[in-house]
Amino acid sequence: MESKNYLQDITEIKNLMHKSSRFISLSGLSGILAGIYALIGAAAAYYIVTNSSRGYLILDGTIYKICMAILVGVAALSIATGIFLTTKKAKKNGEKIWDNSSKRLLINFLIPLVTGGIYILIILNQERYGHTAALMLIFYGLALISASKYSLGDIRYLGLTEIILGLICAFYPSYGFWFWVIGFGFMHIFYGTLMHFKYDRKKE
Amino acid sequence: MSIITNINKVFDHRIRLGIMSILMVNEYADFNMLKELLGATDGNLASHTKALEKAEYISVEKQFIGRKPNTRYSTTKLGRVAFNKHIEALEKLINKQ
Repeated sequence: MESKNYLQDITEIKNLMHKSSRFISLSGLSGILAGIYALIGAAAAYYIVTNSSRGYLILDGTIYKICMAILVGVAALSIATGIFLTTKKAKKNGEKIWDNSSKRLLINFLIPLVTGGIYILIILNQERYGHTAALMLIFYGLALISASKYSLGDIRYLGLTEIILGLICAFYPSYGFWFWVIGFGFMHIFYGTLMHFKYDRKKE
Repeated sequence: MSIITNINKVFDHRIRLGIMSILMVNEYADFNMLKELLGATDGNLASHTKALEKAEYISVEKQFIGRKPNTRYSTTKLGRVAFNKHIEALEKLINKQ
């Protein structure tokens, strides 16, 4: 019997199912870089706050504005790097950067993320800022889990890690900064490295 | 012998098996998406979608996006059941060896 052919059939079925429903050109390197940006940003913010006259953060000073600017800068730089490296990888794989799978990925990533972002802005306006770091971690984790169904399965575990960190962080709001550093800095570097060696390096 | 009878003749081609695989995990797919993923020519793909349509394994929806005609395919319930049976039969055949 031609069992070899049947085996080939199964392999091809699996490949097509994967390729047609998931966007797999995510770059691990962009995760590593996002983590490094987060660490640099956090270090800068830490330095500025501890060397200020008060030594802690208040909500309507210049220092607060600088910290927010750093946060926005880190996010923008991470997104830009992510788009750039993913486009490069997609080109190399002969995959389109903007097709059904990447659109689905983006939409499912953005729904929890934007919800969280708006929620955080609302409670910041109500001057309840103790849980900002926890909420950022939790909503970012949910966004990753939601997106993982449409991309490499590994980011699901990064998502779970972020949610767990966020929940622990909610118990210790005063350590929010450090949880943020672990979640957005070290975890990105850790999982980015894993993915880089698992997917990117293999093909070269 | 019962295993052999579960091997579905309709799926006995790379392109048809491919079309079904893609449609099983996607709500729908249009003609161009199938063409790109399977690397088939227009005529080739059209004849295979027709065969699957005739077996009532996939349903076809024709519409216009702007002025361009667009053909969308999705699986029918019958098609999903048939595909699952086919996969099971393939797995049994492989395991038997």
